[in-house]
Amino acid sequence: MIERKVKIINNAGLHTRPAANIVKLASKYKCEFSLIKDGLNINGKSIIGVMTLAAEKGSEITLVFDGIDEELAASEIVDYFNRGFDE
Amino acid sequence: MKSESENILKGIGAAPGIAISQAFIYKKEKEEITNESITDIDEALENLDVALEKSKKELRKIFSLAVDKLGEKRAAIFDAQIMILDDPILVSTLQNRIKNEMRIPEYIVNDEISKYTDLMNLSHEPYMKERSHDIEDIKNRIVRNLKKKKWKSKITSDVVVVTSTVSPSDTVLFSRVNVKGYVTDFGGLTSHAAIVARSLNIPAVVGLHDASNRIKEGDLLIIDGFKGEVFVNPDEKQLHYYQKKISQLQKQDTELNKLRELPAKTLDGKEIQLFANLELIDEIELITRNGAKGIGLVRTEQLFEEYEAFPDEEEQYKVYKTIAERIYPETVIIRTFDIGGDKVLPVDLKEPNPFLGWRGIRLLLDSPQLFKSQIRAILRASSHKNLKLMLPMITSISEIKKSKEIINECKEELKKEDFAFDKHMGVGIMVEVPSAAVLIRDFAEEVDFVSIGTNDLIQYILAVDRGNEIVSSLYQEFHPAVVRTLHHIISESKNAGTMVSMCGEMAADPFAVPLLVGLGLDSLSVSASAIPLIKKIIRNLTYKELQSLATECLAFKTEKEINNRMRRFFNEKEKDHIKNLY
Repeated sequence: MIERKVKIINNAGLHTRPAANIVKLASKYKCEFSLIKDGLNINGKSIIGVMTLAAEKGSEITLVFDGIDEELAASEIVDYFNRGFDE
Repeated sequence: MKSESENILKGIGAAPGIAISQAFIYKKEKEEITNESITDIDEALENLDVALEKSKKELRKIFSLAVDKLGEKRAAIFDAQIMILDDPILVSTLQNRIKNEMRIPEYIVNDEISKYTDLMNLSHEPYMKERSHDIEDIKNRIVRNLKKKKWKSKITSDVVVVTSTVSPSDTVLFSRVNVKGYVTDFGGLTSHAAIVARSLNIPAVVGLHDASNRIKEGDLLIIDGFKGEVFVNPDEKQLHYYQKKISQLQKQDTELNKLRELPAKTLDGKEIQLFANLELIDEIELITRNGAKGIGLVRTEQLFEEYEAFPDEEEQYKVYKTIAERIYPETVIIRTFDIGGDKVLPVDLKEPNPFLGWRGIRLLLDSPQLFKSQIRAILRASSHKNLKLMLPMITSISEIKKSKEIINECKEELKKEDFAFDKHMGVGIMVEVPSAAVLIRDFAEEVDFVSIGTNDLIQYILAVDRGNEIVSSLYQEFHPAVVRTLHHIISESKNAGTMVSMCGEMAADPFAVPLLVGLGLDSLSVSASAIPLIKKIIRNLTYKELQSLATECLAFKTEKEINNRMRRFFNEKEKDHIKNLY
């Protein structure tokens, strides 16, 4: 299991487009993936779940990866957060 | 008499005819979702699956068209909505809950998705509220599709549908089952329900305000589409009267059918071509039976209403070819999609003023792929040389020129691909916007024919929304501005040597027909069911008297004068001639 803390750095926050992209990225991997914010634990392969997360610029989210390809998944998804969702 | 009137509801007779049948109450979104239990789990799972698939197709249809107009942000929301329908976590939760709780899928869908929207609504971020609306939107779409399937299977015997309003997709749904009549709370003569009911020859009474609350499921109803009256649980006397009336009408139908082979010619020998409008493929039979000269308007957007995605070239080609072959050797005028912004865009993107927005030719020119697939399909179906193409909502000459360029491109492509088609297929326009009426001479010189669409033309000239009950009485086909505009369009088109006809509802109004013929129209396109009556009216008049009637009406300054004159003319000339028919 891998746990990583990430920060939302783009101005618009975790809006619909990045939410959809995160789910698309996560779906490529076999490992389980969840996002934890303010005590809310969300399945990262569920678009409707990720969309319930209100995460404006500056907020922190914990990402948890668990499964055989967890390292690859963690590096790609954490990187996407760190790039500010390419915005 | 007093005791009788208590069970009579009065509205507007929107489609003629009489029906006696049980009421079927069709309540759409408003109906509460109950937590009924189920016994057949497999069936429920299957229904969920079908509803999810159907919702996906609907969204893709909207998305395919609106993508350029949506902007990136909105497009992302669409993308996400489609993803939600495939969300593995959501879908498996829904399936498991149906299995474990054994409740109807619409209850489970509503309950499960509401958990997410409730969470979103807890947030203080304003955009989360917006997002919650989007999720709500998708929830309602799934629930609606789950219910639709149920509606269809619920109607097993003859019924009169009682509802608040009827949408185009509802009418398609109902055209497939045993619907004997429509009764609606809202809507006027030109509402969609009225047009479809007339074309299918099903009586309809609209604008009854609270009929859907006052009538109970299973009540016996008599609907009188001539007078606009509905009798709820009629007594013996009322039933007897209307049963007699129905058999009288059947006799008259036989009378009118005798006119089938006769031309719509005035007593002094002027022949009017009577064409039919077509909305549903099922109408072809009635069209040929009623002796139409051909089809003056195919409403293609309606023809494919029940398709979940936009039909591709091949699908369209098959349908156009069927129509062309079945009507051959007569002519068929196919109007390209007249889709309005209000029909394609999702709820939160609706234009504030769809009638002044992105519709008709504007949408087609902005969606070249869609436009070309339709032009190519029509061209390919034109090999018997009996098809013409008509462009909707033309407001400027550049729209005609651009469209013609695209048509030529399509011809070049088809030639290279070795398809047979009519190289000289006629191209015409709808005249339904004041700018087209003003510039008619120039426009007419650019095209092979023009067809006056009165429904929109009148509403644009008079600035009256025909669907808005508060002002619908101001929607007047005999307004002097309308009558003089018609005169201008007809005479200027003729001066340009271009064929002119009319395909709006006005052409099917027995009171208006004498004026339209007098103004010089040589052809009219109406609901197939109206053809025999109009033929009978025309055959009883002389063109000479109609010309002077038109001259008289052109001089009037008020709607009232024209209206009174036309009614007086009708009563003097036609009332006895067609008595009991109207």
